[in-house]
Amino acid sequence: MVVRSLGVMLAGVVAFVMLGGAAQAGTPAPERMRELVHMVRQDCGSCHGLTLQGGLGPALTPQALRDKPVEALVITVMAGRPGTPMPPFRGILSEADAAWVIEQLMRGFPEDGGTVPAAALR
Amino acid sequence: MLDWIMNGARVIVPALLLAACATTPPTPALRGTGDLGMVIERATGQVQVIETSGRTSLAQVSGLGDLSHASVVFSRDSRYAYVFGRDGGLTKVDLLTASIAGRVMQAGNSIGGAISQDGRILVAQNYQPGGIKAFDADTLELIAEVPAVYGDGTQRSKVVGLADLPGNRFVYSLFEAGEIWVTDLSDPTKPGTRRYPAGKQPYDALVTPDGRYYIAGLFGEDGLSMLDLWQPEQGVRTILPGYGRGEQALPVYKMPHLRGWAVAGGKAYLPAIGRHEVLVVELGTWKELERIPVKSQPVFVMARPDGREVWVNFAFPDNGWMQVIDTQQGRIVDTLQPGRAILHMEFTPKGEEVWVSARDDNKVVIYDTRTRQKKLELPAASPSGIFFSSRAFRTGF
Repeated sequence: MVVRSLGVMLAGVVAFVMLGGAAQAGTPAPERMRELVHMVRQDCGSCHGLTLQGGLGPALTPQALRDKPVEALVITVMAGRPGTPMPPFRGILSEADAAWVIEQLMRGFPEDGGTVPAAALR
Repeated sequence: MLDWIMNGARVIVPALLLAACATTPPTPALRGTGDLGMVIERATGQVQVIETSGRTSLAQVSGLGDLSHASVVFSRDSRYAYVFGRDGGLTKVDLLTASIAGRVMQAGNSIGGAISQDGRILVAQNYQPGGIKAFDADTLELIAEVPAVYGDGTQRSKVVGLADLPGNRFVYSLFEAGEIWVTDLSDPTKPGTRRYPAGKQPYDALVTPDGRYYIAGLFGEDGLSMLDLWQPEQGVRTILPGYGRGEQALPVYKMPHLRGWAVAGGKAYLPAIGRHEVLVVELGTWKELERIPVKSQPVFVMARPDGREVWVNFAFPDNGWMQVIDTQQGRIVDTLQPGRAILHMEFTPKGEEVWVSARDDNKVVIYDTRTRQKKLELPAASPSGIFFSSRAFRTGF
């Protein structure tokens, strides 16, 4: 516990310093957006629910996020939340990815268009 | 309070089950249920009824709601499958007619359920509102409720790691409260609950096949909590304390599942949280015997029914891999890539085959466990859990 929390907290500090104006970062490419939507619905969905109504993790609906500052949400995604099961997504998401995901969540998240076809990955 | 939705769903009656005839009503052909099962199609709120003798899909049943974390238990005659949906839906599906025999919305957010030893009581474990609810397995009528109240009495904890026990008792863990509760429903009008402190943030649990030991994995500390249900007065004991040994734990992108135990040859095989390891512990003494390094963070660590092999899948982003541990040699003997996003696996009752769901490839892959070669692929829309009716006869399933 101690080790895991400390690690996440340190990571959080580093991310905070690095992030700065993350929300202003560029927009992901269309194919990446599709991947991100699939990932949020399916993999984030294992804790937050496929419909994002919550589960082990809190709901990520526009209503639930309405009063939360965007920058803080981006930091939560990148650095995780110490003491909770929310892991840091740095290394999996870029800051631009995270900022785009938060923006979509706050608007009402798109439906999953499916994964990028296997053929396109090869 | 109970919202009944009867047979609202589109039902496809499988051709195999019917003797089709133009002039007389169809007569169902006789068949057993021991080789039937269910594949959850998580994104579309549907399930497939499958059979493992000929490896075919018999029918699809829709209208089951949000199945993003669905789990299934079976009636003791293994005719009915009870599907617990994420949105609190509890649906009774008749495997023989592939139709919905009953459905209630029992909570706002649910994580699964269990069925009593005598098969008469279903219990749902809920996140919102936190607690358990008990239902008549025939009618789905609510018969008892135990709110997972803790702290000053106003907070309710999410309930995880529910398992059935002999004597119509149920054991479960409270994530926020850090407690293990045992509720006796032998008289459902007077549920009796005993509470045990369980350590920080239990996230899932298992009960050994004999119903004796309950082991809860902890997210909030390095170690697991064990309750000997034959001697509950001894309280909860921490096992494998500090298994992280001060090393930096990795980010956890998917909580391991302990249900679907791997107990083989007097040993329990447990997924290490935040580590690329399977922990091996001796039952009874709870000594750590070894750690088996694996490809990534394990999610399901499941013993083939004969206990000779343990199959493991992994958390995002390494969820395209599976590995097979030989329990006699204590090492990995095979590494497989069945498809993208491997979410679950289920062994046939005697273990000659394992069915594996590949969510992002929209297929179920069937392996011969002796050769570990692919036998067949069946199409399925975003498949997650696979549940065979033989679970009806196993404690903890």
